Amino acid sequence: MSDFDKELDTSGLNCPLPVLKARKALSEMATGEKLHLIVTDAGANQDIPAFSKMTGNPLIETSEIEGKLHFIIEKGSE
Amino acid sequence: MMAKKLAIIASKGTLDGAYPPFLLASTAVALGFEVKIFFTFYGLQLLNKNLNLKVSPLGNPAMPMPVPVPSIVQVIPGLEWFATWMMKRKLKQKGVASVEELRDICVESGVDLIACQMTVDLFDFDEKDFIEGISSGGAATYLEFAGDADVSLYI
Repeated sequence: MSDFDKELDTSGLNCPLPVLKARKALSEMATGEKLHLIVTDAGANQDIPAFSKMTGNPLIETSEIEGKLHFIIEKGSE
Repeated sequence: MMAKKLAIIASKGTLDGAYPPFLLASTAVALGFEVKIFFTFYGLQLLNKNLNLKVSPLGNPAMPMPVPVPSIVQVIPGLEWFATWMMKRKLKQKGVASVEELRDICVESGVDLIACQMTVDLFDFDEKDFIEGISSGGAATYLEFAGDADVSLYI
């Protein structure tokens, strides 16, 4: 897992809360900073890449550790 | 880049009917969309300050029940209450946001909530019962926005 500036654990929360909370967290971060997002909602495998693509916040890394999905998302320029 | 636009007509006032419009609207805003929801007929119930939404198995053979309940039994008072209680408990257990939570996010993030004036008058709804910050409009108001929208849904 690469370095990150902020961690957001949405374990137990279901669609669309992980996306909504990720959006809020990223809005409070500076361009280039990295968010470590932890999700248990299985739909996130498709939803987080879609969110990243549509909002211009690049998805740097995706992994699955002990049944949880871990994403590193970089805050893009507005 | 111009923001994408999502136009929704919310016509249902049940607990299950409340999820799609608020869930899609709040997510769309998070994805950078401009969103307007036009509430008409029973969908107007979703604008009440105090939401008292219910779900009924009656006339809904697809609703999963713990035990099969024949339609004739579903008219018994209290069964709707039970089905609603069960659904709310399940939503909570599965970490799904409440309708109130999703609606709050919509309001805070600038989703335009529009009450259909004709149905407000038709059912004698009192606008004082509605949440703050909504506007009203008619068919042309919806179509003006929907005409330029990238996604348009009737729910």
